[in-house]
Amino acid sequence: MAASAETAPGREGRTVLEIEGLSVAYRTEEGDIFPVRDVSLTIAKGESFGLVGESGSGKSTLAMGAIRYLPANGRVTSGRVLLRGEDLLSLSDKEMRNVWGSRIAVVYQSPGNALNPSIRTGNQIAEVARIHLGMSKQEAHQRMLEMLEKVKMPDPESVARRYPHQLSGGMLQRCVVAQAMMTNPELLILDEPTTALDVTTQAVVLDLVAELKQEFDSAILYITHDLGVVARVCDRVGVMYAGEFMEQGGIHDLFKRPLHPYTLNLLGCVPHFSLGPRRKTLNTIPGFIPRLDELPEGCIFAPRCSLAEPECRVAQPPLVRAAEDHLTACRRWPVVPTPAEHMATITADLMQARGAAENRLLEARDVKKYYPVPTQGPFRQDKRKVKSVDGMTVWIDEGRTLGLVGESGSGKTTLARTIIGLVEPTEGTISLRGEILGPTTRSRERDVLRRIQMVFQNPDASLNPRQTVGQSIGRPLTLFGTPRHEVPRRVLELLEAVHLSPSYYHRLPSELSGGEKQRVAIARAFAAEPDLILCDEPIASLDVSVQGSLMNLLTTLQAEKGTSYLFISHDLSAVQHLSDWVCVAYLGYAMEWGDAGDVLNPPYHPYTEALLSAIPIPDPDVIQKNIRLEGSVPSAVDIPSGCRFHTRCPRFIGDICIQEEPPWREGEGDHWIYCHHTFEALVEMQKETLRLADHDHGTPGVEVQV
Amino acid sequence: MLIFIVRRLGFMVITLILASLLIFAATQILPGDVATMVLGRFATEQALDNFREEMGLNRSLIVQYGDWLLNFVQGDWGESLSTRADVRDLVMERLRNSAMLASVAFVMYVPLGIVLGVVAAIRRNSWVDHVISVGSLAFIGLPEFVTGLLLIAVFALRLDWFPSSSAIAPDAAFFERDTLERLVLPALTISLVSLAYIARMTRSSTAEVLSMDYVRTAYLKGLSRSRVIGRHVLRNALLPTVTVVAIGIGWLIGGLIVTESLFSFPGIGRLLLFGIQRRDLPLIQATTMVIVVIFTMANLLADILYGYLNPRIRFR
Amino acid sequence: MSASVDAAAATPVPTRRSRGQTLRLYGRRLLRQPIATVGTVIFIIFLLMAVFGPWIAPYGFEEQSIPDRLQSPTLQHPFGTDNFGRDVFSRIIVGARGIFLLGGTGTILAVLMGTTVGLVSGYFGGLLDEILMRLLDVLLSIPSLLLALVLLGTVGPSLINLILVVAVLYIPMIARVVRSMVLDLKTKEFVEAARIRGERDSYVLFREILPNALPPLLVEASMRFSYSIFLVASLGFLGLGVQPPSPDWGLQINEARNYLEGAPWMLAFPALAISMLVVATNLMSDGLRRVLQPGREDS
Ligand code: SF4
Ligand code: SF4
Repeated sequence: MAASAETAPGREGRTVLEIEGLSVAYRTEEGDIFPVRDVSLTIAKGESFGLVGESGSGKSTLAMGAIRYLPANGRVTSGRVLLRGEDLLSLSDKEMRNVWGSRIAVVYQSPGNALNPSIRTGNQIAEVARIHLGMSKQEAHQRMLEMLEKVKMPDPESVARRYPHQLSGGMLQRCVVAQAMMTNPELLILDEPTTALDVTTQAVVLDLVAELKQEFDSAILYITHDLGVVARVCDRVGVMYAGEFMEQGGIHDLFKRPLHPYTLNLLGCVPHFSLGPRRKTLNTIPGFIPRLDELPEGCIFAPRCSLAEPECRVAQPPLVRAAEDHLTACRRWPVVPTPAEHMATITADLMQARGAAENRLLEARDVKKYYPVPTQGPFRQDKRKVKSVDGMTVWIDEGRTLGLVGESGSGKTTLARTIIGLVEPTEGTISLRGEILGPTTRSRERDVLRRIQMVFQNPDASLNPRQTVGQSIGRPLTLFGTPRHEVPRRVLELLEAVHLSPSYYHRLPSELSGGEKQRVAIARAFAAEPDLILCDEPIASLDVSVQGSLMNLLTTLQAEKGTSYLFISHDLSAVQHLSDWVCVAYLGYAMEWGDAGDVLNPPYHPYTEALLSAIPIPDPDVIQKNIRLEGSVPSAVDIPSGCRFHTRCPRFIGDICIQEEPPWREGEGDHWIYCHHTFEALVEMQKETLRLADHDHGTPGVEVQV
Repeated sequence: MLIFIVRRLGFMVITLILASLLIFAATQILPGDVATMVLGRFATEQALDNFREEMGLNRSLIVQYGDWLLNFVQGDWGESLSTRADVRDLVMERLRNSAMLASVAFVMYVPLGIVLGVVAAIRRNSWVDHVISVGSLAFIGLPEFVTGLLLIAVFALRLDWFPSSSAIAPDAAFFERDTLERLVLPALTISLVSLAYIARMTRSSTAEVLSMDYVRTAYLKGLSRSRVIGRHVLRNALLPTVTVVAIGIGWLIGGLIVTESLFSFPGIGRLLLFGIQRRDLPLIQATTMVIVVIFTMANLLADILYGYLNPRIRFR
Repeated sequence: MSASVDAAAATPVPTRRSRGQTLRLYGRRLLRQPIATVGTVIFIIFLLMAVFGPWIAPYGFEEQSIPDRLQSPTLQHPFGTDNFGRDVFSRIIVGARGIFLLGGTGTILAVLMGTTVGLVSGYFGGLLDEILMRLLDVLLSIPSLLLALVLLGTVGPSLINLILVVAVLYIPMIARVVRSMVLDLKTKEFVEAARIRGERDSYVLFREILPNALPPLLVEASMRFSYSIFLVASLGFLGLGVQPPSPDWGLQINEARNYLEGAPWMLAFPALAISMLVVATNLMSDGLRRVLQPGREDS
């Protein structure tokens, strides 16, 4: 802990929060475990500190331990936490309560649960002022309205009168932020505040955080797993791993020149958005985060570190100051390669063993799926329909990947479920190699069923909890005619193909991590030797380092077997990384569609443009033009007239967009845009949308747009 | 909200009609020959025929059912076979007594059960919680005739604080010292099971609310524990309790039957038993229907109250 | 891929974890809850009593001996004798059999039928589901003791009728639990994966859904069993249960009413037996819930 206690130069006197050597213990049945060990950090006034780590890194525990809000079995075992010099750990419970909510405010991940469902939103927010500022009811009410205005809430009066369930996720998060800022707290803790939100909503909330930084001078502790988000809103970053800091530093230093192998690897795991068609393998980190009760000796990252040498395993390396305001816990930091070198050595061009293109495998034509509006019993019939998918046409070529992008409510998952026959389309047809398929699984031949498989989003529900890995993978084999005695051997082959050892054969899903479950699900899908696999956000719920390796796995398997994918995601970077073709959907209808290179290069459809400018790119030097979508996705019951995007479109033209359905405009190559603007007009408007930085080290995958 | 109530009312009517069908089936179809059941196996053929004629048992079952239901709805519940009294008068009188007993029990166990449940949840895993949890588990397991007899043994026979029999006059006034004294032991007996049930359910709903994010938010706003519990937890935790209390009325009714018999209390439960022993069909049918109507209405009321208190439903 | 094939072929399939190990895991979890363990042990003792009752009981349950009537507990009659001079201890032991026979068989019947209704209703949904659920609502709209009394009052309290009544009363609750599990599981991805493969409904129901619905079903069944003891005893007390002279705890207590002051043991021991068995079953099902569904709060 050589450098930890010192305060970075130039920040003395402005330090708001100082955590020194903090350790937190949890009592468990097997004895104490220490999710946070001897951790230090400081945050100055007006500064935002990004606390980054994967799940299990102890980042939230650190924050909650510091402000003394731990579950009953948790306790701080050592360290000091100073808030403007006052030791929080020595305060009485009552004194601490006066700190909570007035000097320290916290915002959490799920805005839907953070507010009490049975109290009007405004009253909940005003409550803070009444307690901590001693305001009367009227004063508190007034202050609440002011704060709602400050967080750019449209129509604060009516929002205040509503109950939480009547507000959208983005609005709720604004309310929570308003509530947190009521007392102008010295420290604001934001714990994954945007993780549960859609990309475009996330962008709006992140802007809000950035503005708050200007307006208030609170120190911000921003907890997240997303390096992109950190790059957008933080000044300094600390990277945590298994309960310790690996590296701390200014945002630009750390992203440009990481001095710890873990940080370097994390940056490599994230698919970087680029404007060129570079398809590279992603970085992966071998092994897993160690269990807290079996921490390795010496450097805790050593078992997974490619630079490790015998000495690393002897003693835990201290955090040392490598440069001004840049600490690293790696004893070999001088030899840590630059990102450019690192990428060059670890990434390889993707294998491209593909079936003859232009061989159309699957086509979904004019698919519509309408659901009845949920009614309340026999006395009220609602004739309206929820138009989940409203006339979409997509096709997939042999051995290729179609990326389907959209936010929640875009109908992308429903489309996939229609294709595979889980839901019956209201209208439209699905055909495989030109042959029209039955509308449901029941009406399809066994061989057709075999040819289309699916990998689901939620790894915890993908596998039957009562069946072993071997049974799960073996079942499609037996069902589709592998002789019984061959099955175990084939299962082992498939396990091997998804990089799982034979010892997994008899394990139950409860004994696997999320990433491992998803591998088993992929093996099960491939067991049927399908022509097409629908991947419904298969990596969305996994940790960054696991995401990378799964994406690599998917691409290698595709190259080996020539399987086609429909890859569904809300994440443009991931889609770009995997797809040959991209379709952008909004409210059950395609907005733009074409070759991946064309769709993700200007001109964009205004919605694609908004999505692009909303992705948080893990590079603080990238300049993204702020194109923000206000409001929320309209209800799929009353789809807006004309262009269905007109209620939120940043490039809205006028009445024509409201009254007339736009034409499908065809651009060069295979590229269609559904908009009243011409391609030329769009190109002209979008010159400035995304400017990727020109780094001296030239991170691969990032290119400059001229 | 209005739609909600109308809809529930509709469901209630359907349920009641089906329930009446069930009761009719259980009393008049299941036993095979009703006349033999009522008059006994050794009745003469002549007596059986007369009886069938008198009760209209020669008609088709559908006609019998329709007739019976229509009469019941119109308030004509027939004449008791064993006492020749008007069933409606009899049932109403006993119903009043049972209502008296039930309400005394109700005001004892509902508030206490809620308080115990909430306290156990707040002090989760402390000894208070363990005592309340295990205690309630034990009391749920004690049948009323056991607790009742124990109470009699201790408070009536040993200590002589209360009378051991609650055989009040069927038309005794409620607010009389003697009546109230005689209500204490049976009310206590009925309460114990329901008390335990409510305490358990309240504990689990409170524990669930305590684990919600908004409770964490409330604490971190700097609210005191009592304010968090009072303002943020109770409101949400007690909402399901409304339903729990209504369902618990089913237990209460079961308890009434046993307890009234044990304490010789002239209530509707004892009337039902009397009817069953005498095979007094009109009496059985009427008492059962009355109880079912009351139980169903209690559930309906709870539903409406729940909807009214829950903003999520109110605004749907 | 060919290299990996060889490697895979060379690797023997690891031996699978035995059922015994899983059971032992559950056993260990159970032992961590002393109260539940006590409950289970008591339950097992009663079960043994029910099975081996007639061989353990020192006297025949019908053996009357008027000179010995109303004796207080002694070494010969550890629980004393009743008004006919019958040994209370022996009657309790043999009475356990009736309780388990009635409550147990009734509960098992209810579980079988309730599970069927719940599975069908939840899985196929639609109009069938609507109708089945309405019917169950009707059964639930009549308080259970009331329904039992009316049914038994008209058809007469024979053994078979008692069992059937217990079953009819508990079908709705079991069916509801199973149905809600099915509704939940039906939308789970692993079930959809099975449908995508084109599995038959029977496979989906019995291999994918039912095994995962078992834990809550078991917990519910054990709770129902404890209620059924309660119910059977109450019916016995009201004279509509097992008919004399067969030993029945509820009946024994009813008989004891007249001797409350003279022979309190006549009340005390059967009452104790009922309470112990019901409470033990409750504790056991509570423990079962924690063992089989860890992480779930009660009910
Ligand atoms: S100290 Fe050694 S093992 Fe640890 S990160 Fe640095 S090089 Fe790797
Ligand atoms: S048609 Fe109009 S509203 Fe629609 S995307 Fe184009 S500019 Fe926007």
